[in-house]
Amino acid sequence: MTVIQKKADNPIAHLTVEDIETLGKELDAIRERVIASRGERDAAYIRKVISTQRKLEISSRVVLLFSLFPPAWIVGTAGLSVAKILENMEIGHNVLHGQWDWMRDPKIHSTSWEWDHVAPADQWKQSHNELHHRYTNVVGKDNDLGYGIMRVDEDQPWHPAHLGQPLYNFLNACFFEYGIAAYDLDLGNKLKNGGHKDPEFRRRVRAVGRKIRRQFLKDYLLFPVLSGPSFLHTLAANFTANLIRNLWSHSVIMCGHFPEGVETFEKTSIEGETRGEWYVRQMLGSANISGSRLMHIMTGNLSFQIEHHLFPDLPSNRYQEIAPEVRALFDRYGLKYTTGSLPRQVFSAWKKVFRLALPNRRQPAAPATPLDGSTDHPTRELVAA
Amino acid sequence: MTATVPPPGTTRSLRRRLWRLAETVTTPVLPSDYLDLIAPLRAGADLRGRILAVQPETPDAATLLIQPGRSWRGHVPGQYIRLGVDVDGVRQWRAYSVTSAPSRRADRISVTVKAIPDGVVSNHLVRRIRPGTIVQLDQACGDFVLPERAPSRVLFLTAGSGITPVAGMLRSGALAGSDVVLVHSAPTAADVVFGAELRGLAERGAIRLIERHTEVEGLLDVAELDTLVPDHLDRQTWACGPLGLLDAAEAHWAARGHAARLHTERFRPTVITAGDGGTVTFTRSSVTVAATGATPLLDAGENAGVLMPSGCRMGICFGCVLPLRQGAVRDLRNGQLTTALPGDGVRVQTCVSAAAGPCELEI
Ligand SMILES: Cc1cc2nc3c(=O)[nH]c(=O)nc-3n(C[C@H](O)[C@H](O)[C@H](O)COP(=O)(O)OP(=O)(O)OC[C@H]3O[C@@H](n4cnc5c(N)ncnc54)[C@H](O)[C@@H]3O)c2cc1C
Ligand code: FES
Repeated sequence: MTVIQKKADNPIAHLTVEDIETLGKELDAIRERVIASRGERDAAYIRKVISTQRKLEISSRVVLLFSLFPPAWIVGTAGLSVAKILENMEIGHNVLHGQWDWMRDPKIHSTSWEWDHVAPADQWKQSHNELHHRYTNVVGKDNDLGYGIMRVDEDQPWHPAHLGQPLYNFLNACFFEYGIAAYDLDLGNKLKNGGHKDPEFRRRVRAVGRKIRRQFLKDYLLFPVLSGPSFLHTLAANFTANLIRNLWSHSVIMCGHFPEGVETFEKTSIEGETRGEWYVRQMLGSANISGSRLMHIMTGNLSFQIEHHLFPDLPSNRYQEIAPEVRALFDRYGLKYTTGSLPRQVFSAWKKVFRLALPNRRQPAAPATPLDGSTDHPTRELVAA
Repeated sequence: MTATVPPPGTTRSLRRRLWRLAETVTTPVLPSDYLDLIAPLRAGADLRGRILAVQPETPDAATLLIQPGRSWRGHVPGQYIRLGVDVDGVRQWRAYSVTSAPSRRADRISVTVKAIPDGVVSNHLVRRIRPGTIVQLDQACGDFVLPERAPSRVLFLTAGSGITPVAGMLRSGALAGSDVVLVHSAPTAADVVFGAELRGLAERGAIRLIERHTEVEGLLDVAELDTLVPDHLDRQTWACGPLGLLDAAEAHWAARGHAARLHTERFRPTVITAGDGGTVTFTRSSVTVAATGATPLLDAGENAGVLMPSGCRMGICFGCVLPLRQGAVRDLRNGQLTTALPGDGVRVQTCVSAAAGPCELEI
């Protein structure tokens, strides 16, 4: 494994195997406590968010029927952008994680939810919940890391094509939902390796096609038509709202795993990983965003990326509450809790995108190798066992 | 009719097309998801009800007055509804007998709930639920009902909350011309649900009421019916109450060769044998749990967060049936073993089946 910043020192060299397992138990205890106290308050929270989102969406769309008038365009577009962001982040992402399945409400359940996004919920659930959350920040396994198109680690060989990665990243940000649909399909690999003939793959492509058609029909045909003389204005408003939503969610997600200070891991480092080691990988592989309560809601509480990665299925409103305890554990075990304001983290992540677009400036001082017990640091072997 | 009047099918297909258009507008959710925000009880919505009032009946029982949604299809006295209510944020479904008389306007129904010790839903409904709350409902069902033509002589044998389906029958007026005897057990006179109303009926001569206050008089022995209601075997009898009472009544009527005249309703399934348990896999949800031989598969699934279909939770409505892809389950009521291999097409009632070895359910 390697650390993106090529730190010579292993961030968990000071922890013994026992430390890591005790840490795991302490985290398990936090989780059990939240599960035991889940109840009416949490249910009321998500229902409130859902009804607020729906009311905001419908009223923004009604306002946009008159988008010919500039104030209506501005208000409607802003409202729709916020509604779309809430729908994807605090509602869709979290419902699809099964955070609310315990309520046994068939309308707010991971098996029945569909979201305002071109990636069909079931495909996204599979690639996100099974792959990204299981293989968080493992280079080559976690597609969220660079989305398969970027160089995200000094150890990855440089290729002239990487010079374009700031541009790819920007385009990916603008059309993020399509980027996600494509990597849920594993499109790049499938096209390269001839997997596109596979009937299952074709079924999935058709499902994405249907989803895109429905989303297009709604945003770029039906609502504009309903707006009559405001046709073009509504079309532009909907496009803008989708763009804003894409840029926002891309930024939030970049902040989760890209900023400086976040570790990445090698494939071999997770073989035979214990529960405690899995937790440590989530702790080191994620970064939080600091900010106001509203900001947390708008990020779908992914501003508590660390807490979310430790406990992906706890209700999102609880991450904020357990964050101080989690942070205290980081401190006690001498681990770095990466956090910062949104602008700072976005800047940090983009800086890395630019830096890695170029070949490494000089050879790294020492190969850093936490979590897999490679040879040069005897203490690390304790961790791998 | 003139040529301009559309044939009957057309309006429906026009409406369907409009609905389809509305779905395109509201995608990825449904138009009903928006309508539910403002009109949860409208026609065509999933059946729900609004709690209008909670009236205490006894120290531990209360009647809920409910305004059912417009899709409510009415009930036959004696039938029950399933009611889904969120307790501590978790949706729980239980069955309750309708205690109100059927009415043509069908805009009010009532159920009467007795809180049982540690009962999750019954305590919530009796003590915590507030008027205005929306609850989930299912259409009335059950065959614990009077025949089309009311029998001339009737015996009701009830205890505790078992009076509820009978109250619905008495209130319906269907028994106006019949000779009705009601033998009802409760700990004390104050614990008799609908006590005042029943005594009133008895005073007016509409029924003969025999109250049994078990705290002082002890539990009713079914054999006592020989003296309390000497002609009880000649009567069509409806019995509802604790399992002990019903089991004894069934044995009594069967021994006297009149089993066909006794109709019973159980509020709880009988759990006879516990198997050995095993790992249960809910295949589509990708969830695997270890379950004991006494845990219904339904509970095992729900506890693991699987969205299990369910109904009466006692093996009578078949609302919980799921395909058993493979494995073995034991019927909790009689210990009967059911085994399946892929392709056998075996389906099981998850609420009354427990794992008897590893098994896979398709959900
Ligand atoms: C067809 C039908 C009609 C019914 N009609 C009514 C009605 O009109 N009024 C009414 O009050 N109830 C009625 N019930 C019972 C009701 O559905 C619930 O079972 C009851 O309210 C207890 O639910 P709970 O959530 O409070 O108890 P739970 O939390 O489910 O159970 C708590 C404990 O009590 C035990 N238990 C469960 N049910 C009963 C029971 N019925 N009697 C004794 N112990 C029990 C459980 O095994 C458990 O140990 C009916 C049941 C059926 C199947
Ligand atoms: S829920 Fe009714 S049969 Fe199981």
